[in-house]
Amino acid sequence: MLKITNLHASIDGKEILKGLNLEIGAGELHAIMGPNGSGKSTLGHVLAGRDGYEVTEGSIEFEGKDLEGMEPEERATAGLFLAFQYPVEIPGVNNAYFLRSALNAQRKARGEEEVDSMNFLKTVRETLGQLKMDDSLLKRAVNEGFSGGEKKRNEIVQMAVLQPKLAVLDETDSGLDIDALKLVAEGINRLRDPNRSFMVITHYQRLLEHITPDRVHVLSDGRIVETGGKELAHRLEAEGYAHLATEAAEA
Amino acid sequence: MSQTTEQVQNYIQQRYKAGFYTDIESDRVPAGLNEDIIAMISAKKNEPEWLLEWRLKAFHQWQKMIGPNWAHLNLPAIDFQKIHYYAAPKQENRPKSLDEVDPKLLETFDKLGVPLHERERLAGVAVDAVFDSVSVGTTFQKELKEAGVIFCSFSEAVQEYPDLVREYLGSVVPHTDNYFAALNSAVFTDGSFVYIPKDTRCPMELSTYFRINARDTGQFERTLIVAEPGSHVSYLEGCTAPMRDENQLHAAVVELVAKERAHIKYSTVQNWYPGDENGKGGIYNFVTKRGDCREDDARITWTQVETGSAITWKYPSCILRGDRSSGEFYSVALTRNYQQADTGTKMIHLGKNTTSKIIAKGISAGHSNNSYRGLVRMAKRAENARNYTQCDSLLIGKQCGAHTFPYIESFNPSAKVEHEATTSRIGEDQLFYCRSRGLDEEDAVALIVDGFCKEVFKELPMEFAVEAKALLEISLEGAVG
Repeated sequence: MLKITNLHASIDGKEILKGLNLEIGAGELHAIMGPNGSGKSTLGHVLAGRDGYEVTEGSIEFEGKDLEGMEPEERATAGLFLAFQYPVEIPGVNNAYFLRSALNAQRKARGEEEVDSMNFLKTVRETLGQLKMDDSLLKRAVNEGFSGGEKKRNEIVQMAVLQPKLAVLDETDSGLDIDALKLVAEGINRLRDPNRSFMVITHYQRLLEHITPDRVHVLSDGRIVETGGKELAHRLEAEGYAHLATEAAEA
Repeated sequence: MSQTTEQVQNYIQQRYKAGFYTDIESDRVPAGLNEDIIAMISAKKNEPEWLLEWRLKAFHQWQKMIGPNWAHLNLPAIDFQKIHYYAAPKQENRPKSLDEVDPKLLETFDKLGVPLHERERLAGVAVDAVFDSVSVGTTFQKELKEAGVIFCSFSEAVQEYPDLVREYLGSVVPHTDNYFAALNSAVFTDGSFVYIPKDTRCPMELSTYFRINARDTGQFERTLIVAEPGSHVSYLEGCTAPMRDENQLHAAVVELVAKERAHIKYSTVQNWYPGDENGKGGIYNFVTKRGDCREDDARITWTQVETGSAITWKYPSCILRGDRSSGEFYSVALTRNYQQADTGTKMIHLGKNTTSKIIAKGISAGHSNNSYRGLVRMAKRAENARNYTQCDSLLIGKQCGAHTFPYIESFNPSAKVEHEATTSRIGEDQLFYCRSRGLDEEDAVALIVDGFCKEVFKELPMEFAVEAKALLEISLEGAVG
């Protein structure tokens, strides 16, 4: 599904990712953990194709296709979704309209038929119900006046409606209370599918209690420095990241 | 035409769809401005003596005045002697009905999306179509007459309802009001006249479409709307002009009179040719619009979407004379390339418990300059008057400017004035958020701008809100990046 090879990326000339290698197979869920400033969010933005994030070396292949030179909307259409760490407010644009425009823009670009509003609303209402969010959310402006938790859940709603092939969740769990965390985890689990992969960027293993990762990677100073199973997350939670610096120095 | 030229042509057409020219023989007065020219215009329109005198008084006043220099605009000198003040499509006799109108003119309005033929007319909207200095025709006149509503060209009103015209003309915007209003009073040619009788709700939307076509002319129209007690009317105006390298002048005056409990809703979608991407050409739009809530509980609502013109100078205002009368002003002004806009409103609170609301949205792109200028005055006897003002500016790109000039004058301690203002730039993060969901850059900008303007668009009648939205989208093409 996703194959990242020797990825180097910089912002304003400052190198953040320094030779990152990562492979995620179809149907797999990988967790990316690591200390602040290690490059986790940068990885998410580079994948989604944000302007100003310059890939200086290496490659990203998504379903065998090189992402280089693809615009963010083309990547979205190809099936890549980024749940934002800080979802953005768009005043005056109602949520339902935004989401339907996005969905239809993707479908149109893929040569599929646009979704009519009846079917669209049915799907969205179902999803909202599952995430225990009120229908009134549809009429509110995108993320405007949403609580932190609502914003994060709204990202999951978008993911569920857009049905991506690869979802990159950037700290979707941070700032959530335990109930909201469970709902988000359920939202992710419902979407798990042999043809859909996840990259879950997180600081804490508590989300991983509810969604079982196939692999856990530790990102430090722009590189994957350790890879393991679920137990690695437990160990990091207990020991912290301090030892990484030492090991890196010794290596 | 070669493939490329055609592509360029298509592209330009898409940018400014109304930029074509109708090749029609026109009857013009010679260029220049003097008493003879004014008398000639008056004679062409077969006007009564008093009206010519009124025009001449205005002209003498204008000669003593100087143009406004206080606006945040770079105003080039205008040579008033080079302009032809009257241009009308040549015709043997004045057409008695729309069937007799030159097909070329009907075709022009068809192309502009304002069909005048009976079979294609917009349902529920009566249209007065003004081409250069004259009205081409007015639809649904019979149906309106049955309801007691008068909707006709200004020239027709002068002939058919001289007493009404004489009573109200200049009663809101006196001929001495300002430089451009005085000029208009001296040389105005056509426009619309609306009269809604007591306790009548106008059965359909009324609309005037203004088209400048001839070269080296200006358009100086005059609109007068009188709403008797308890009546209601919604009126719309739209305007376009061909693309030319020379600037053309448009100086209109609009007067609204709302009596007891009457409500006048006046909406504008202004799409005059804005000039090219280097700021060459375009219409100079200097307009005086004012409404008088003359009696108690009257209400006037101005809604404007301003996307065209090289220079826009207009401040649709309300005089809140009657107690509990209310005025509203909703505005979206978009400037791009080298366009300049200095626009806003005046809310003059005279009566007790009067209320006003101002929602102004400015969008600047390219090298343009966009200013909001607004006056809220609470007169001494305006007990408990209230105003709420919200001005928001949205910047697209880094070379444009947005300015806010609010003036507040309060002479009554019980009056309350609230003012909120924000300025924001279309965030790179907003754009990225939309694009990461699959919307391309232009759709993303359109979506963000549409959201920004929502509060104003919802005040427009439905089909015009759709048109206004589409117009903004076209105007914003290529504005980012």
